Amino acid sequence: MISPIELSIFSVAAFIIPVIFVMAAGVTKRLLIHVSFSVSALASLIIAIAGFMAVAGGVTEQIILPLGLPALPFHLRLDQLSGFFLFVVGLLSFIVSVYSIGYVSGLAADRPVKRLIVFYNLFIAAMFMVILADDALCFMVSWEVMAASSYFLVMFEDGKSENRRAAYLYMVMAHIGAILILLSFGVMAGIATGLDSFTGYTFDAMREARFPLKWATVAFLLSFFGFAAKAGVIPFHVWLPEAHPVAPSNVSALMSGVMLKTAIYGIVRITFDIIGVFPWWWGALVLVFGLVSAVMGVLYALMQHDLKKLLAYHSVENIGIILIGIGLSMIFTSFNLPAMAALALIAGLYHTMNHAMFKGLLFMGAGAILNATHERNMDEMGGLIRYMPWTSVFFLIGCISISALPPFNGFVSEWLTFQAFLLSPSLPSPLMKLLIPLGAALLALTGALAAACFVKVFGVIFLGNWRGHNPPVAAEAGWSMRIGMMLAALTCLCFGILPSVIIDWMDNISANLLGATLNTTAGVYGWMWLTPVDPERASYSGPLVLVGIVAVCAITYVLLHVRPGKISRVPVWDCGFQKLNNKMQYNSISFSMPFRRIFGYLFDIKEQIRLSPQPGHPAFPEMQHYYLRIRDRFWGWIYKPFINIVVLLSRKAGMLQHGRIHLYLIYSFVTIIFLLALL
Amino acid sequence: MNLQVLAQINSFLAALVLLTAFAMLSQRKINSLVILFAWQGLFLSINTAVTGFVAAKHHLYISSLLTLSLKVILLPYILHVLVVRLKIRKEMETIMNIPATMLIGIALVIFSYHLTAPVREMSTLITRSTLAVALATVMIGLLMMITRKHAVTQIIGFLAMENGLFFAATSATYGMPLVVELGVALDVLIAAFIFGIFFFQISTTFDSLSVEQMESLREDN
Repeated sequence: MISPIELSIFSVAAFIIPVIFVMAAGVTKRLLIHVSFSVSALASLIIAIAGFMAVAGGVTEQIILPLGLPALPFHLRLDQLSGFFLFVVGLLSFIVSVYSIGYVSGLAADRPVKRLIVFYNLFIAAMFMVILADDALCFMVSWEVMAASSYFLVMFEDGKSENRRAAYLYMVMAHIGAILILLSFGVMAGIATGLDSFTGYTFDAMREARFPLKWATVAFLLSFFGFAAKAGVIPFHVWLPEAHPVAPSNVSALMSGVMLKTAIYGIVRITFDIIGVFPWWWGALVLVFGLVSAVMGVLYALMQHDLKKLLAYHSVENIGIILIGIGLSMIFTSFNLPAMAALALIAGLYHTMNHAMFKGLLFMGAGAILNATHERNMDEMGGLIRYMPWTSVFFLIGCISISALPPFNGFVSEWLTFQAFLLSPSLPSPLMKLLIPLGAALLALTGALAAACFVKVFGVIFLGNWRGHNPPVAAEAGWSMRIGMMLAALTCLCFGILPSVIIDWMDNISANLLGATLNTTAGVYGWMWLTPVDPERASYSGPLVLVGIVAVCAITYVLLHVRPGKISRVPVWDCGFQKLNNKMQYNSISFSMPFRRIFGYLFDIKEQIRLSPQPGHPAFPEMQHYYLRIRDRFWGWIYKPFINIVVLLSRKAGMLQHGRIHLYLIYSFVTIIFLLALL
Repeated sequence: MNLQVLAQINSFLAALVLLTAFAMLSQRKINSLVILFAWQGLFLSINTAVTGFVAAKHHLYISSLLTLSLKVILLPYILHVLVVRLKIRKEMETIMNIPATMLIGIALVIFSYHLTAPVREMSTLITRSTLAVALATVMIGLLMMITRKHAVTQIIGFLAMENGLFFAATSATYGMPLVVELGVALDVLIAAFIFGIFFFQISTTFDSLSVEQMESLREDN
């Protein structure tokens, strides 16, 4: 019997097959795409199974690979936490790889798909290695391979300057994050074994070390901000809305769905596993960043009319929600309340998994729409439900899930997060008793705004009539894309109606990290009922809710359709205007107008209405132009001043460079004299 | 011969090396500069031989011969050929006037003596007092590179610096291992060849050997 860790290593190695296959001569594009993505799908599925087994089995395995530097080999470790993340990444990579067969075939006509295949496989393999790594060297190498290969994926359509700019910004942010993480590992390794030995680079050595509070804080802050840059926590989120829209949609699905989660994995691994003991304010810091990201992310998302940009901002929001769960868990842990900490951690991790599924689904849907309409601006679409019925159903499931409505998965994890919030009055600090419920209110606001946002998305794209200039040529997505989206939609449904089964499975993670489980409470009423705290307090039954919703829908349908003649189709009443056109529909800008009025001060908004000059009387303008530009304030607040300072400093340093040999010689002469004089 | 006399000879030769360094600093004519460089090499070579005799280190005789053949005969010959081929006749311009340069040179010598004072206290070698002169020669060579505009004089400054380093090696530690010295000598020779070819190309392309022309290579911002 092969053990899960060996299974996952072999599967990671299998990702090299498509890379080699690309180089094989005489392969048609069609065959290449089918074989490569089938292999990646299969390997991902096997890793997902291995991860599932690792969590369910509850054992930790370690292995030392004969790779790496001399005397610094790569250590791998598969415990419950990494098993869980392997499962999430593997499952979504499987689904997206199935989807990619059709999606990339659609791209193949006019773009070079070979490098897409190479970097796609490297990217997924690197994500698995990040999760399996058990030493700083292996972690950083995999982390950088992941960043570099995703950079090339963002650069896929490098003909457009917009894409190059986005990829560059992504690269810069990824590197800032990587440097911070590296420094954090350096601090921890230095404390673990002293600075004269390299053996502290394994996570095992770091685990055993007792960190002084000062250095633990330094290591935590460095790693948290490093991972935050990758996860897109506000204010490090600027690269997300640039990079996600320009990448191919299958890549956006993976980047948003699982690459951001590797950062979550890093935060959980370092705080709970490696450092282990921490003061309460670390958790409060994570909580505050999570809350800000959640609220600001969803507000920015509401203002977008580019579909993929909107989804990218929703990733910021959902990372915020995940961090809320993790932050609460850290607070509970520091006050030594392991049962509550387990609830909050499971809520955060459950949301991690759910977000991977529904965000993957939504990006795949966006890719299908993009393939069909060649349009990213929602205000040029409309009525797609008539052309793409399958896609619209799957997309609707994604919308309901991300809006945290039952019976889908988003509801369960946000509900669990609320339960964790509502437990905070048992904290010993009166300040926290007062402040943390405020966070619950912000989370509620986030959920409501997200629902509003997806009403807008679904309504504008799929309902109504086509708004674009040219008549729509949209056609339904191909079979593999539909299968991919269907798998993701089914997963969303399963995670939504069977939460108690999943939480029983996930209990091994919290048992390993925190020494406390939920299953004593969660499963006590059987798999039907989810009672995370106590049955009198709150309970939720996914299957019953599903049955209820299906029953209500069925009864409504029967009542409406059972007798013919009750429904009649007539033209829309146009108030007697008689010149209605499709541009007069409610669109995304008009839908979000109330939110711009309420929260306008949070954005950099420029709104202009201009009357065009015309021959007649000014009281009767012929044409009006409406101009709206909404910008992220953080760019102007943080990034622009920083860039200006860097440019200024380099100008000043450039003044030293005169191109005169004598001056350069004088520089070295003066330096030598100065250093000698110091002796 | 007793050691005292040999130490005197060593100091005398060191003084001559320093004197040639100052002479090079003040010399405007390039032909005289090359001849002064050859004289400096000769003093260096004799000094090495004397040191070898005093310390009974026989490999220093080889270094001495090497110095004689390279720095007294071959390099001055190459430089001379370069000067003739490039038709350099006029007097070399300097960036600073000569008296000011000399004053800086004197300051450098004092600075070197100040720096090497602790070494003279500690060392037991009879050549220890010449270390300051060696250091001063290095710095004067660098100063020469800074104050001259013409590329060929810069080379001579560079070679004078190398002389100073060699002098420092013999006076501070009775010379480097022979392998190192052979390597350095070869490097200097090759550097001189490369410089020669390079300058020939530069001057045929640009009609000038003034390093100030290189300013136009700077990237405009």
